[in-house]
Amino acid sequence: MAKRHSVRVGCGAGTSDDRLEPALELAERGGIDYLVFECLAERTIARENLARSRDPELGYAPSLHDRMPLVLPACVANDIRIVSNMGAANPASAARAVRREARDLGLRDISCSVVVGDDVSEVVKRMPELPLMETGEPLETLLPRMVSANAYLGADLVKAALDTGADVVMTGRVADPSLFVGTIMHEFGWDYQDWPRLAAGTVAGHLLECSGSVTGGCFAWPGKKDVEGLASLGFPYADVSDDGSVHIGKPEGSGGRVDVMTCTEQLIYEMHDPANYITPDCVLDITEVRLSQAGENRVKVEGMRAKPRTATYKVTVGYFDGWIGEGEVSYAGPDAVARARLAGEIVRDRLKMRGFSYDDFRIDLIGMSSLHGRLDDRPVPYEVRLRVAGRAQDRKAAHAVGFEVRTLHVNGPGSAGGGMDPKVRQVLAVKSVLLPRRYVNPQILVEGEVA
Amino acid sequence: MSQTSQQPRRVYDLAHCRAGDKGNTSNISVIAYDEQSYPFLRKHLTPARVMQAFAHIAKGPVTRYELPNLHAFNFVIENALGGGVTISLNQDVHGKSLSTVMLEVELPGDGPAGS
Repeated sequence: MAKRHSVRVGCGAGTSDDRLEPALELAERGGIDYLVFECLAERTIARENLARSRDPELGYAPSLHDRMPLVLPACVANDIRIVSNMGAANPASAARAVRREARDLGLRDISCSVVVGDDVSEVVKRMPELPLMETGEPLETLLPRMVSANAYLGADLVKAALDTGADVVMTGRVADPSLFVGTIMHEFGWDYQDWPRLAAGTVAGHLLECSGSVTGGCFAWPGKKDVEGLASLGFPYADVSDDGSVHIGKPEGSGGRVDVMTCTEQLIYEMHDPANYITPDCVLDITEVRLSQAGENRVKVEGMRAKPRTATYKVTVGYFDGWIGEGEVSYAGPDAVARARLAGEIVRDRLKMRGFSYDDFRIDLIGMSSLHGRLDDRPVPYEVRLRVAGRAQDRKAAHAVGFEVRTLHVNGPGSAGGGMDPKVRQVLAVKSVLLPRRYVNPQILVEGEVA
Repeated sequence: MSQTSQQPRRVYDLAHCRAGDKGNTSNISVIAYDEQSYPFLRKHLTPARVMQAFAHIAKGPVTRYELPNLHAFNFVIENALGGGVTISLNQDVHGKSLSTVMLEVELPGDGPAGS
């Protein structure tokens, strides 16, 4: 194949529960070379680790079985290579699942390379003194309750996985922008000394990683920031050239908009210091970035800079932290707020009378104070929904919260409507540590024959 | 749209915002609709003003980063998400709706007209 001077990378998903169809639109009509699915929230791996401990074939994102059959025919037909962290806690099993999906569709044999080694739980167990980034306390305090520890790997592993020639790459924890950067590094043979180009790849990856958030999703605001065709919101792609120039766009005819406003919102999204955005690949500086409209739904990105990557990997540690219980019920019409407030107080009193205590407890009036608090300052609505939530180490205490909200129907203020069954869930919390790179030894495996 | 100097002016009139989360920290961008509003926001939308507006939600501190090329600021508000996404009892665990608290911050009435 002749060497390309520009590569087009599309984003097929930006969260584990993202929409499905925009990826197909990119694969069929987007003119893309790579399709990247970012599907791992912070605690997803912890949850999938538990699934794997029940069944050794599980532990990857279940949505693989929705997303892959949808896009594989178009990706095979159009020579589009797929990269995804849907492998979660079991990327090798995910790779086998992708190959089965291709077989079931009657497609040609699909080869899959796999990035393993992000799981560092055995390593950190031997390093109980590592300080937690959030609190400074030693990791030791979480070890008895730990269910997972995964390093955010970088683009070099994605590049290496693509270098095998495999059609599809499945990874576990890889930093979101790095999934995209890896495709570009592979395409142009970039390395970790090439700061201007790493900056270009990383800024492109950062703009793409939240899918529709750069094409008008998470942005639309009637009358203020109108977005055409939001229902059929298209997902973005980046055109990156071997000289490091970057343009963001979306498939022709798709809904949404790509302009300086949408790109600016996504550029700053989830950043702290914009001069020092740390990824496993580099430290990105966006303070001199310039965005300009380069055509309809096409934005040029320039001025990004990068400094060398840090000596450590960030590791997310998943651990059990008790239970959360919730219950809700609604009140309407005259004195709705007074009745809801009384109901909330009754629930609090009854839980106390039953001897339960909580690490955290809150009473919200949905419609007034559930998002931003300050109940006493809010205008009185026609109807309001009481929500009570409590977190406790004891499951019974958590379950009792929703139980006592449900009993309000016959034991609380009048005319309560629309209750629900008690909700209770085990809390999978996460904290972070920094681990020197030398303790992490990722590897690439290949499933199937590489053409 | 024209405004007289008497009307209360909010960030809403001059800028758009998006909130993101990392652990127990919220970051909220404030992006001026036009270049002229940037110095006005820079003068009045101080970290102290933002801390005051979020006092009922966040413990702080608040750090403001300036991005003049983009006519934008990034406000980093610490201890803002009820302990963090995974353990919070907040209905909005990611604090995505906190951008609207920023939009409601009132500013002096003598600035640019806004959009």
